[in-house]
Amino acid sequence: MRSTRPVRAFLVAAVTLLALVPLVTSEFYHELLTKIMIMAIFAMSLDLLVGFTGLVSFGHAAFFGVAAYALILVAPQYQAASLWWTLPAAMLSAALAALVIGLFVLRTRGIYFIMVTLAFAQMVYFVFHDTPLGGGSDGVYLYFRPTVTFAGLEIIRLDDTSHFYYLVLVLMVTVYALLRTLLRSPFGHALMGIKANVHRMRALGFPVFRYQLASFTLAGALAGLAGYLSACQYGFVNPEIVSWHESGNVLLMVILGGQGTLHGAAAGAFAFVLLQHLLATVTEHWQLPLGAAIVLLVLFLPGGLASIPQRFRRLLGTESEPADVEPR
Amino acid sequence: MDLVSFLIQLLNGVQYGLLLFLVASGLTLTFGIMGIINLAHGSFYMMGAYMAFTLTSLTGSLALALLLGVFLSIALGVALEWALFRHLYHRDHLEQVLLTYGLILIFEELRSIIVGNDVHGVPIPGLLDHSIPLTDTLSYPVYRLLMSAVCLLIAGAMYVLIQRSRLGMMIRAGASNREMVQSLGINIGLVYRLVFALGVALAAFAGMLAAPVTSVFPNMGSQVLIICFVVVVIGGIGSVWGAFVAALLIGLADTFGKVLFPDLAGITIYLLMAAILLWRPEGLTRRAGP
Repeated sequence: MRSTRPVRAFLVAAVTLLALVPLVTSEFYHELLTKIMIMAIFAMSLDLLVGFTGLVSFGHAAFFGVAAYALILVAPQYQAASLWWTLPAAMLSAALAALVIGLFVLRTRGIYFIMVTLAFAQMVYFVFHDTPLGGGSDGVYLYFRPTVTFAGLEIIRLDDTSHFYYLVLVLMVTVYALLRTLLRSPFGHALMGIKANVHRMRALGFPVFRYQLASFTLAGALAGLAGYLSACQYGFVNPEIVSWHESGNVLLMVILGGQGTLHGAAAGAFAFVLLQHLLATVTEHWQLPLGAAIVLLVLFLPGGLASIPQRFRRLLGTESEPADVEPR
Repeated sequence: MDLVSFLIQLLNGVQYGLLLFLVASGLTLTFGIMGIINLAHGSFYMMGAYMAFTLTSLTGSLALALLLGVFLSIALGVALEWALFRHLYHRDHLEQVLLTYGLILIFEELRSIIVGNDVHGVPIPGLLDHSIPLTDTLSYPVYRLLMSAVCLLIAGAMYVLIQRSRLGMMIRAGASNREMVQSLGINIGLVYRLVFALGVALAAFAGMLAAPVTSVFPNMGSQVLIICFVVVVIGGIGSVWGAFVAALLIGLADTFGKVLFPDLAGITIYLLMAAILLWRPEGLTRRAGP
C-alpha cells in the first residue's frame, strides 16, 4: 500500500505547517495541537489493527492507559526520571498487556472480537479503579516530567511546551514512517492478506494467529507511546483514560478519517478533536451534535473523510473507480 | 458466611442475573437474527429507568408508569428500526459500531438536557414496600422477590414465543436464511422490526423494574451494556437459552465476588469470561444460530 502523490504532497505540507505553528500561535494552541498529535499516534496504532489487520478493537484505550500508569508507577515520586528508560519501560508494559490480552481475544472473531476487546479493556479499567495500585478512582499525579539528557546535557525540556510540541511532532512523523515501512514489508502484506481473506492465508500456510498477535502487540506498544506522552503532557492519570469512551473515540477517529490509510487516521484525530473543541465552545451539550454528525456520516458517507477526494473526482467524472478501492 | 446470609446473596445474585437476562436477550436476538451489534442497547435500559422516574412522579403509580413505559419503548423501537437500523443490516460491523456509538452520545445528552445529571430515587410502591424477616437482624425485601418472579415469567413467555409460536418460527427461520424466508412470502422486514422493538421493550422494562432498587443515574446504560456483552459472549451469540444461563452465572459471580473478594469486585466477571473463552471460545452453547 502506497500513498498517492497528491496525498504525499498534502502530508508534507501539513507537517511543514505544523512545524511552523509554534512560531506564530499562543501556548493554548500548542497544547491543543500537541494533544491532537498524541491522539493521531494513538489513532494510527489502532488503524494498524482495524484498517490493515481486520481486527476491530473496541478496547484500545487499555494499552494507552497501561503505559500512562506504567510511567507514573516506575518513575521515582520525588525526582525526575529519564525518558531513555521510562519510555521503553512504559511501551513494554503496554506491549506485554497487549500480548496477554491478545492471546485471549484473538481466539474470537467478528462481533465477538469487538465485544471481548471491550470487556478486557473494562477489566483493565477496574484494575486501576478498584485497586490501590494507581491511586484508585482519584488517579495519580506525575510530579516531575521525565528528562531527556544526552552526554550530560538536557537536550529537550518536556516542561517547555514548544520543546514538547516538537518532540511529539517528530514522534508522530516517525510512527507514520515506521508503520508505512512495516506495511510495505512482507509482514505488512501478510497482515493485509489476513484482512482480505483469513481462510486463504491460512490455506497458504501463514500462521495467521501469530501474525495477528504480532500486530496486536505492536499496536498496543504504539498506543502505549501515545499514553506515555499524554501522561507527560498532563502530569496526571486517572482510570477514565481507560474508559470505553476513550476506546470509542479513537475508533471514531480511525473510521471518521477512513480506515486503512494511516494518514486518514491522523486526519480523523485532527477532525475529531477540533470538532469536539469547537462544539464545546458553542454548547455544553456538545455530544448531541457530535452524535448526530456521526449518525449522518455513517448513513451518507461510508468510507470516511479519506474518501472525499475520490468522491469529488468521481463527481467531476475524472475517475470511474468505486470509492472503496485504493489505487495502488 | 452463615446459611441465611448465603441465602440472601443467592437470591440477590439470581435477581441480578434475571435482570441482566432481560437486557441481554434483546441484545443477543439482534446479534443472532439481524447480525447487528447494537452499542445503544444499554441506553434503552437507561431510558427505561428514567421513564420509571419521570412517569412515576407524573402519574404517581409505578404500575401505570411500567405500562406507559412499555408502550413508549415499543414505539421507540419501531421508529428507530425504521429510521436507522434497517439501513445497517448489510453494512460492516464497523459502521454499526459507529452509528450506535453516535446514538449513545445523542441519548445520553438528551437525558442530560431533559432530566439532568443528578441521581434520583424511585419509591417502591407502598403495597410492596415490605421485607420478609429471616432472622432477628436479617430480612429480604418483597420487591426484589417480585422482580425475580416477573423476570422469570417473561423468560418463560419468551421461550414460548420463540420455540412454540408461529412468529417464533419466522424469527428462527429468518435467522438462518433471510432470503429463503422472504421468498416463502414472509415479510422478513416486519419480523425484524418486531424483534428489534421487542428487544428495546425488554431492555427498557428491565430498567424500569430496576429503578426502585438501583436508583437512577447517568452512567447506568453503559455499565449494563458491557456486562451484557460479557453475558452474550459467554452464552454464545444469538442463543437466548445461552444468555439465560450466562446471565445467571454472571449475576451470581458478581454478587458473590463482591462479598468474598471485595478488592477484586469489578474484575470477577471478566476473569470468569476469560476462563470461559479459553475453554469455549464460541460460548457455552456452541450450536450455531439462535
